[in-house]
Amino acid sequence: MRLDLTQIKQWMPQGARVLDLGCGDGEFLANLRDTHQVQGLGLEIDPDNITQALAKGIDVVEQNMDKGLDNFPDQSFDVVVMAHALQVLHYPDKVLDEMLRIGREGIVTFPNFAHWRCRIHLSTRGRMPVSKFMPHSWYDTPNIHFCTVKDFEALCRQKGFKIKRREMVGETSWLARTWPNLFATTAIFKITR
Amino acid sequence: MSEHDSVGIVSPQAAHFDGPLALACGKTLNEYDLVYETYGELNARKTNAILICHALSGHHHAAGYHSAEDTKPGWWDTCIGPGKPIDTNVYFVVSLNNLGGCHGSTGPTSINPETGKLWGPDFPQVRVSDWVNSQAALADYLGIDTWAAVIGGSLGGMQAMQWSVQYPERLKYCLVIASAMDLSAQNIAFNEIARQAIQSDPNFCSGHYREQDTNPSQGLALARMVGHVTYLSDDAMANKFGRDLRSGSIDQNIDDEVEFQVESYLRYQGSQFSTAFDANTYILMTRALDYFDIAADFNGDPVKAFSTTKAQFLVVSFSTDWRFSPRRSREIANALIAANRPVSYAEIEAAEGHDAFLMPIPRYLDVLKAYLGRIAEDVL
Repeated sequence: MRLDLTQIKQWMPQGARVLDLGCGDGEFLANLRDTHQVQGLGLEIDPDNITQALAKGIDVVEQNMDKGLDNFPDQSFDVVVMAHALQVLHYPDKVLDEMLRIGREGIVTFPNFAHWRCRIHLSTRGRMPVSKFMPHSWYDTPNIHFCTVKDFEALCRQKGFKIKRREMVGETSWLARTWPNLFATTAIFKITR
Repeated sequence: MSEHDSVGIVSPQAAHFDGPLALACGKTLNEYDLVYETYGELNARKTNAILICHALSGHHHAAGYHSAEDTKPGWWDTCIGPGKPIDTNVYFVVSLNNLGGCHGSTGPTSINPETGKLWGPDFPQVRVSDWVNSQAALADYLGIDTWAAVIGGSLGGMQAMQWSVQYPERLKYCLVIASAMDLSAQNIAFNEIARQAIQSDPNFCSGHYREQDTNPSQGLALARMVGHVTYLSDDAMANKFGRDLRSGSIDQNIDDEVEFQVESYLRYQGSQFSTAFDANTYILMTRALDYFDIAADFNGDPVKAFSTTKAQFLVVSFSTDWRFSPRRSREIANALIAANRPVSYAEIEAAEGHDAFLMPIPRYLDVLKAYLGRIAEDVL
């Protein structure tokens, strides 16, 4: 399991009602159902992922979160998860607002664009970084809204979101925890209003 | 006939019910018959039964063939059969002709036992909730306490939804395909055009055409033509017919009688239908569509209606369906989300319009198969 998902699992309360924005093939919700007895619902737009999620017994709604989430009532979920989707959204700030309207808490994970490899790539080669974590060229990447750990924290401050927990994943975990903006490849935040 | 994934040759059966069935309109049917077919075997615990609800012009013959010479299988043969999404190796599938129908179940073409005459236009107006009550009577008759799933497209989807509200304990899963919680004004308008076409046919005779030994064929054909156009998409018609001519020419200086392919097709469909379907039934079925409102008993609030349900839902729509558009299906899914009920929703990209729900569209079949596989794991 991807490291950010392992971390989310550790933060997940037993029996929670969970909305997973961009649930993929439903594997993560199926895992949470089996280990944490969560009542999950996924949002997804990829047809194959939707079919696979259904086959796993995961409820999934075909819906593009960039087009709004106003069909979900206020505070109708315990936890709203969005793993590695922030950077592909057209309106990431609006989706974050919606996450905390719909859920009592939100868990967001994203790749950190200020990771030292990205910085070196950009500063020495003068080209947009392409790596194992960001394998796309600038013109065909689905990742249109990259941000850094600092950027995300600044947005949370600006919006008045409380950062309840923060965990960083990197090649060397103590470095990632000590200087996250430089050494974290992936950031994981638990936020509330 | 004969394909390896067909249920093969099937025979309709009839069940007689000594009512009384109290109808939503206030009248009572003292006795009635329901004609139905079954495919697959009911398991010992009776947990694998699926009810198929038919749409406006449907009937009990959903899968397989009636004889070896039969060229056309049942209306939902793409989905029902061994190895198909509604897998008859796994499920016991029940499909009936609804009350008021014209394929064997009691309806306008039956004899009213109290008068000894044809019911005709005097057959009481049945509603979706009446159908659900009669289907529950059929379930009792077959010894089925709880359906693994109730499945329907279009008007059939309305029945499936109504089941979840009316008998929440008697179904585990509810599959609502290309349907809506109530009809839009545009939809009612199309139905009214169809009814007017029938009723203004001089052979309609106020619904007593059978006693007069005639049939409002022209009106019925016209009604079907209007309906048919609304079941297809602009793209589907463009692909199927374009501006192709069946006969004649529209070249300059030629004064020729012209028939477009689409005209010929619609006339053929209309005339076929007018010999196979009863006009009073058509009027009755369209009215059942018009009157349906899942929230009627809940102050118009579908969230309240669905809050009483216990089933898990799958809602499916098709991108080019404008008669029951994806927006109407999203309303169903959203009401279920707001009611905190388990729901999945898929919006299938398909060019075929409303008719898509009967078509072998790969993603559609995949979604049904995946969901029915999950039901099997749950109920068997």
